[in-house]
Amino acid sequence: MAARRLSWLLSRSLSAASGPDSLLHSLGRNSGGGIRKWKRFSTAAAVDEVIIPQVQIPYTQHLIDGKFVDSASGKTFPTYDPRTGEVIAQVAEGDAEDINRAVVAARKAFDEGPWPKMTAYERCRILLRFADLVEKHRSELAALETWDNGKPYQQSFNDELPMFVRLFHYYAGWADKIHGMTVPADGKYHVQTLHEPIGVAGQIIPWNFPLLMFAWKVGPALACGNTIVLKTAEQTPLTALYVAKLLHEAGLPPGVVNIVSGYGPTAGAALASHMDVDKLAFTGSTETGKIVLELAARSNLKPVTLELGGKSPFIVFDDADVDQAVEAAHFALFFNQGQCCCAGSRTFVHERIYDEFLENSKKRALKRVVGDPFKSGVEQGPQIDTEQFDKVLRYIRSGIESNATLECGGQRLGSKGFFIQPTVFSNVKDEMLIAQDEIFGPVQSILKFKDTEEVIRRANATRYGLAAGVFTKNVHTANTMMRALRVGTVWINCFDVFDAAIPFGGYKMSGTGREKGIYSLNNYLQIKAVVEPLKNPAWI
Amino acid sequence: MTSLSNGHAANDSSPSPSPSPLPPPPFKIPPIKFTKLFINGQFVPSLSGKEFETVDPRTGEVIVKISEGRKEDIDVAVNAAREAFDNGPWPRMSGVERARIMMKWADLIEENAEEVAALDAIDAGKLFHLVKVLDIPAVAGAIRYYAGAADKIHGEVLKASREFHAYTLMEPIGVVGHIIPWNFPSTMFAAKVSPSLAAGCTMVLKPAEQTPLSALFYAHLAKQAGIPDGVLNVVPGFGPTAGAAISSHMDIDKVSFTGSTDVGRAIMHAAASSNLKPVSLELGGKSPLLIFDDADVDKAADLALLGILFNKGEICVASSRVFVQEGIYDEFEKKLVEKAKAWVVGDPFDPKSQQGPQVDKNQFEKILSYIEIGKQEGATLLTGGKRVGNKGYYIEPTIFSNVKEDMRIAQDEIFGPVLALMKFRSIEEAIKGANNSRYGLAAGIVTKNIDTANTVSRSIRAGIVWINCYFAFGNDIPYGGYKQSGFGRDFGLEGLHKYLQVKSVVTPIYNSPWL
Repeated sequence: MAARRLSWLLSRSLSAASGPDSLLHSLGRNSGGGIRKWKRFSTAAAVDEVIIPQVQIPYTQHLIDGKFVDSASGKTFPTYDPRTGEVIAQVAEGDAEDINRAVVAARKAFDEGPWPKMTAYERCRILLRFADLVEKHRSELAALETWDNGKPYQQSFNDELPMFVRLFHYYAGWADKIHGMTVPADGKYHVQTLHEPIGVAGQIIPWNFPLLMFAWKVGPALACGNTIVLKTAEQTPLTALYVAKLLHEAGLPPGVVNIVSGYGPTAGAALASHMDVDKLAFTGSTETGKIVLELAARSNLKPVTLELGGKSPFIVFDDADVDQAVEAAHFALFFNQGQCCCAGSRTFVHERIYDEFLENSKKRALKRVVGDPFKSGVEQGPQIDTEQFDKVLRYIRSGIESNATLECGGQRLGSKGFFIQPTVFSNVKDEMLIAQDEIFGPVQSILKFKDTEEVIRRANATRYGLAAGVFTKNVHTANTMMRALRVGTVWINCFDVFDAAIPFGGYKMSGTGREKGIYSLNNYLQIKAVVEPLKNPAWI
Repeated sequence: MTSLSNGHAANDSSPSPSPSPLPPPPFKIPPIKFTKLFINGQFVPSLSGKEFETVDPRTGEVIVKISEGRKEDIDVAVNAAREAFDNGPWPRMSGVERARIMMKWADLIEENAEEVAALDAIDAGKLFHLVKVLDIPAVAGAIRYYAGAADKIHGEVLKASREFHAYTLMEPIGVVGHIIPWNFPSTMFAAKVSPSLAAGCTMVLKPAEQTPLSALFYAHLAKQAGIPDGVLNVVPGFGPTAGAAISSHMDIDKVSFTGSTDVGRAIMHAAASSNLKPVSLELGGKSPLLIFDDADVDKAADLALLGILFNKGEICVASSRVFVQEGIYDEFEKKLVEKAKAWVVGDPFDPKSQQGPQVDKNQFEKILSYIEIGKQEGATLLTGGKRVGNKGYYIEPTIFSNVKEDMRIAQDEIFGPVLALMKFRSIEEAIKGANNSRYGLAAGIVTKNIDTANTVSRSIRAGIVWINCYFAFGNDIPYGGYKQSGFGRDFGLEGLHKYLQVKSVVTPIYNSPWL
């Protein structure tokens, strides 16, 4: 049952077909078709035989000015299969010169058109056609995404690809509804605001949701009429190149979207410090976010949006439905191998239900199916790469050393690839490193609390402020918590509900700016006030 | 629209519009597939079994007989819409799901553009080639626009005066009654139906008795696209019976009407004396076009002519009063008359035609009678004034000069190809003249002077002002009337909000860190 529920949760949170209902509500509804009947594999099942994905890798070069091109240096770098650590493909390795070429193309496409000069309805139609093409290529893209990233294929195919399409439908609908205002004046003036595209947008996206992060960045930038240079994560360069090709097939003029593969310190830094890039959007670690912001400040003061790390509290009050809360808390942390910036990585549980909650959480984690992400029924694939893998294992050791109780997991799984056992710690204290740092892996920390004021204080005692979950049946508790938590998203009796219209972003060191929703358009618009004197106006 | 204004290279000699009934059109008119009421997803005959004739205005001959909806049919349709709203899937779908279905509907309409364009052309006498490239793509565009808005209906979280948490929910208003006119059977259909669908409403639509064909065709395509049964019901019929039943129905939550001011008044009255349903009215107009001395005279004459002759003057925003500043008046008048004489009246299926027949005998006779009134009132008939040919309802482009503001041809909506030309001296005089009307739908200004443009645009009491353009409509641009041109707006997000109810939700909040 738990597995069924999880799958339902998963499809609730990310599927295009799902509505904005709360998790609680949705749990009561029939989940309809498409739900996988999972067998209960034990976590001991490792990867025996690697399933070979049925997909070609058609594009490995940079996409600049509508053409696939090699790096200026001729260099390439390998992208790996995280199931095995083996090389999937060699990909062109971008550096400053490639970024520069891409920026020149984007600059020309912005300054000379036709993209920003098209009608909004024409831009809308191109984005709609693109969404249709992605739908057509859904299985190839899902396979490529899983191959490069290691996330379960069912998640890529059933949830992330539909969500990608959904996001582009959403932004297509915005293109012709971007409104400036006419503004009151103190005197005889006619005042209006023009919402203009900001220009060339530099975008740097992470490896945990390569396609969805592409959609979060590219969707609003294009709807507003900008041009783009996007650098993918070096771990996951493949799917962005594929969809960018489809964007051109849909009628996007050359130079509007340019994709450069490469590393942060070279290509990423060149983009962040480029004098001809008008805007920068970054999703990734807080550490890198700081560097990006510094580079922007030192170069041309380009505005920056940052979506960074988190250590999100998941708070379960004693009046919550424990089964639901356990399942949601499990999902909140373990989803996507724990590689979510908003992962519910501090599970605060009220003392009255703590023991029951802990017992059930442990059981649930032990049932989690880890294995080849291409295998049907697998809930958890490998971590992205050796660096993350080592880091997660290091934090597990730190948890043990700081005297948290290891309830289950704690080891790597198998001897090949980057698989880690679902791990649960109890008796976690606020000052422990595992309760402070973003681990970005399948490590759940369960903490005990007594009352509302205490949990508010502890939940907020972090440098991060990305998201929070609150489980309660009491409307007063819910109302109080939603305002008291210093985070960009509060999910009440649900978690990871990521509709296109719901803005997402951080307080504090989790970043600045909001993605998705109407707010995301602000990142890609300049506001110009236009003032004209009026002669003999009929009214002011 | 450019094709209209570029169509005539002005002063070549070929004079009066070539008369009437032209050789059979190259395009074969498709057989009429849908003639019954569309209720709860089915085409059904009217309960009375009665039918009425819809007529081809090119010939005055009957095209086909249509089931005539009356009060009892409206009741059945409202029941279906009520059920679809109260218990059906449509308002319970997410905006995304509604949008997907609407997008599919738009695609189907585009695929059938030629057939549906032909229906409007034979039913309303509209130019086939223009309907095909303008009206039908505009229908698909409007549906896509509102589909894109369906998942962007935002309420707000509010500032309460004490320790309360408050927010607004934007809820679909319920069952909507739409009553649409015959001059733009397709675009009016889209302007009403698509925002109310996006909002999550269900509806009963009555097309004009002159032009029921395309609405029924759209209903058929809506079903194909997956719009659930009962959500969109189309009941053709007459105003005093079917229309009156809609506006006085106790179970309809909102009425949206486009048509004449007289009928609008009756609808509002019926709404008031039944269940006080909110009403939006887009009514008549007598829209002024103001041309200043600094204008390019040739372009201004093109604009003025297009403003009155587009869709044979059967358009509520027609520029039926043209005010020209004295410095360019004579030159303007000469050019306008030349251009009017070169304007091609003919069979709407002939691609050379710029103007087809008036919609029906009533309108045809009304326009001719206004031309007589103009002459009797002492205005000077510069050109036109007669019917064209002896079959069908074609009328010559007609221009009066020496019109006084209080003449009936300057006050009443003629709804035909009849332009009243007036002269003005100062900007103040132009504004005064333009506002001297019981209507306030639209206005045009032609000037290069920024101060003139800004001053006049704020001074004119009208719902839309076009500066150096005319008929510049857009899905995102709301329009509707001041004064007796009605109230409420179609198109834009304003057009969506009139199908939403605002509900405020308030709950106490304790220990909030901010208020």
